[in-house]
Amino acid sequence: MKLHLKIWRQNGPSAPGNFKDYEMDHVSADMSFLEMLDVLNVTLVKKGETPIEFDHDCREGICGSCALMINGNAHGPDTGTATCQLHMRRFKENDTIVIEPWRAKAFPVIKDLATDRTAFDRIMAAGGYISVNTGNAPEANSNLVGKDTSERAMDAAACIGCGACVAACKNSSAMLFVSAKVSHLAQLPQGAPERAKRVRGMVTQMDQEGFGNCSNTGACEAACPKEIKLENITRLNREMVRAAFTE
Amino acid sequence: MASIKLFLKSSVGRKFLVGITGLGLSGFVLTHMAGNMLMFVGPEAYNTYGHKLITNPFIYIAEVGLLAIFFVHMGLALCLALENKKARALAPSQKPSNCEKDARLGSRYMVHTGILVFVFVVLHLITFKYGPYYPVSYHGVEMRDLHRLIVENFKSPLYSGWYLFSMVILFSHLVHGFSASFQSLGFFSVRNCLIKKMGWAFAFIIAGGFFIQPIYGYFYGGN
Repeated sequence: MKLHLKIWRQNGPSAPGNFKDYEMDHVSADMSFLEMLDVLNVTLVKKGETPIEFDHDCREGICGSCALMINGNAHGPDTGTATCQLHMRRFKENDTIVIEPWRAKAFPVIKDLATDRTAFDRIMAAGGYISVNTGNAPEANSNLVGKDTSERAMDAAACIGCGACVAACKNSSAMLFVSAKVSHLAQLPQGAPERAKRVRGMVTQMDQEGFGNCSNTGACEAACPKEIKLENITRLNREMVRAAFTE
Repeated sequence: MASIKLFLKSSVGRKFLVGITGLGLSGFVLTHMAGNMLMFVGPEAYNTYGHKLITNPFIYIAEVGLLAIFFVHMGLALCLALENKKARALAPSQKPSNCEKDARLGSRYMVHTGILVFVFVVLHLITFKYGPYYPVSYHGVEMRDLHRLIVENFKSPLYSGWYLFSMVILFSHLVHGFSASFQSLGFFSVRNCLIKKMGWAFAFIIAGGFFIQPIYGYFYGGN
């Protein structure tokens, strides 16, 4: 398959970036999207050019490293998948594919398609944990959690922190990410004691990092590779109101 | 107290205020629309309703309250929208996404539709509240003939057209705004089936109600 690629090239955080055109021939439909970029990088290296920088790690949709805007879609056109799970069979002969880094001021470009997402780590450090010593796994029946609650918490815990929600949001808001972390912990007996302190800390840090505000459009939910639900944002709002009346 | 202050300063808290004031304004348009329906009963019923409203001593308190709600809603929403624009930071060659996974149109243009509604409200007040005073008298009580003023304005196809256009804009603003308010307040997600339907129904009732009034005025006015 023959493809026309328009890829964002940017030398460093403060350098101006622009799109560069690349032509690719003989792309196999069985390749993953990242393998296609690997092949392109090999040809660039052979020609003596600088390869394209992009983030990747596990390549099986769990680590949250890969992060590409593909034709304006975070993680490409498929729903519920990360960039690494996207395959070239999704594209047709002679397609033009526009590849960009995540779009947000709070995620500055490091180089080309790689962005600095440590803002998420700082939000996590502001309360996305429980303050207890972890030891061996406790006896299963010592902490009873209802099935519905555990399912909701588990669904929220599926967030891999890739930042697709921020990239897809027209406001670059990190609400879906923060709400997933808050929802995950606030509903469980281990996380409940610190829920007010946690939500205050995480939301304050989120605002300081320069993410935008939620306007409830739902673009984040559509882009999320782990299908984190919008109702988590409702829960975050509720937690924040609750925290306003808690010491 | 410190935690309430922190809440109101946060993005979540400010969205909460936008949501709650939005619902307040929704309540106002509902009563306004329902009250206007009296124009179908007849000029006397309509004018008497207007007279009773304006001569009520509490009207000034209600007006100040409504104005405050209006400006909090608008001021905060604009302030948040400016922050959002700053957070996005697209390079000139990057186009805003228009893709398979994008959000619904109405939800993406809340600021734009909101500004249009504001322009409409200002013009609306100039035309009606501060418009010409036609006296009329029923049972010895002199009052303003608002019915005549309305029919006179709606007789103009240009004015009626602008009015109808503004109601379409208000419809779009309400469809998203109504359900989104409940999400911002932490009650229901905008994905909640019931609240989504309620948003559509509410927007439909408001815009529909305001829609038939200029159409009626246009034909009643002798066109």
